[in-house]
Amino acid sequence: MPIAEMSVNVLLIFAVGGGVGFLSGLFGVGGGFLMTPLLFFIGIPSAVAVATGAPLIVASSISGVLAHWKRGNVDFRMGGFLLVGGVVGSTLGVWVFTLLRGEGHIDLVIRISYVFFLAVIGGLMLTESVRAIMQRKKNQSKRDHSHNWMHGLPFKVRFRTSRLYISALPPLGVGLFVGFLAGIMGVGGGFVMVPAMIYLLGMPTSVVVGTSLFQIIFVSANVTILQSATNQTVDIVLALILLFGGVMGAQFGAKAGAKMQGEQLRGMLALIVLGVCVKLTYDLVLTPSELFTITEIARY
Amino acid sequence: MPRLLPRFAALCTFVLALCAPDRDAQARDITIDLTDPIVSITTGFTGTDLLLYGAVREPGDLVVVVRGPARDEIVRRKEKVFGVWVNRDELTFDKVPSYYRIASNRPLEEFMNSADADRLQIGLGNLDLRAKVSGKLLPEAPYEFRQGLVRNLQRLGLYMTQPDNVVFLSEQLFRTRLRFPANVSVGTFTIEVYLFQRGALKSTATTLLTVRKFGIEAQVYDLAHRYSLAYGVLAVIIAVVAGWAANAAFRKG
Repeated sequence: MPIAEMSVNVLLIFAVGGGVGFLSGLFGVGGGFLMTPLLFFIGIPSAVAVATGAPLIVASSISGVLAHWKRGNVDFRMGGFLLVGGVVGSTLGVWVFTLLRGEGHIDLVIRISYVFFLAVIGGLMLTESVRAIMQRKKNQSKRDHSHNWMHGLPFKVRFRTSRLYISALPPLGVGLFVGFLAGIMGVGGGFVMVPAMIYLLGMPTSVVVGTSLFQIIFVSANVTILQSATNQTVDIVLALILLFGGVMGAQFGAKAGAKMQGEQLRGMLALIVLGVCVKLTYDLVLTPSELFTITEIARY
Repeated sequence: MPRLLPRFAALCTFVLALCAPDRDAQARDITIDLTDPIVSITTGFTGTDLLLYGAVREPGDLVVVVRGPARDEIVRRKEKVFGVWVNRDELTFDKVPSYYRIASNRPLEEFMNSADADRLQIGLGNLDLRAKVSGKLLPEAPYEFRQGLVRNLQRLGLYMTQPDNVVFLSEQLFRTRLRFPANVSVGTFTIEVYLFQRGALKSTATTLLTVRKFGIEAQVYDLAHRYSLAYGVLAVIIAVVAGWAANAAFRKG
């Protein structure tokens, strides 16, 4: 690989892409939060793994958003506000990334962020899917989004597609936070943004995925460009192999997913997420065989 | 190993050349050559072997020292903080050879005295690795950090000593196999050959080797480092096109 500066088995990379693609097709998730830790496990430097995730997410979000756009499930105005927050957040994220890289702590911060988010998401998904499986027979009364503290905020904007009239500040804030994660962790952030859009902003579920994908495209494009310009850690060859594997894997995943029930799928994904989280934690706590690490800083 | 055949042919030509009366070659104590003076790193490069071969006028003991281009390296030590291993102390080493390999026909201590080894920086323990703090060189690098640096480079296959890798085919003719792993640095490598006779340094010979990136690998690396912004924009464009193509493929399938 030209940027990772290591020789890796192309078939292994292809398999990782295919595996994550399969899962993302199966569960309907972006998969960035699984791809990056898997790249750590096969020895790709953390900084390269994170930065290379960004163009990959651009590609998969583009292919996803086109389908949603046709069905009119993209709220461009909402997407725009999320995007403004996202661009600022991701620029900040890449800046912090560069700073931490210089101090030698980027590896640790990336890994700890992953442990934290994978634990939270895996835990929430697992409890939710267990509850759903238990309660499947009971009828649930669904109600519209409730009014909360958010509706007292100023700068109200009408979002027609989402049928909302809320302050512009929460979308900006959500975008900012998700963008920051994208800059540091190399994820699209759909796993944070989708729940935030449903529960915090109260958007209808139908437009949530399309709108978040729309935002993710531009934020990840911003991360790709900034990471390339400041850290030179985007490996496009690596990204293309992963992408190719991912596209193939997603096809099979989607077919397999059609035969399974939603709660079981979510439960399985939760277990995979928690498994990756446990492995990452184990690596952080385990006494390393070599306490010293080296980093090249200047060439002559 | 069909790739060795041309090398063997090259070796034969070389031997013939040696036999021919050549006043210049006669005058030299050591004559050396490489099977290839250039190592090209292409996509899918998994490391390579080169053959260094040559002849000495009078028999003796040989040491081959290969050094890669210099790098400044930060060495960091991990410590346990709240149960997690965190990088704490760090030290910068000045102009560390990115590659260092020693080969000889028998263990060094059997024919070389420690003063020579120290002066010529032959052996991992004799390599002059200097730490610097805010631009100033320290008189002596802390031992633990120095060893940490050497261990890391050894584990990467970039530093090694091979006390039996120089093979004498006759009293005069020798060869050694140089291994360059996939993670080898680009730049100019120096290869020095020392001839020892009865424990004393008799003569030296030097040659250079170039390691460079070649083809797509080189172009991508070059673009990413020299025109990083353009590279980023290009990466986004490639991603957009790939995403579009994937979508089209999905619709058909």
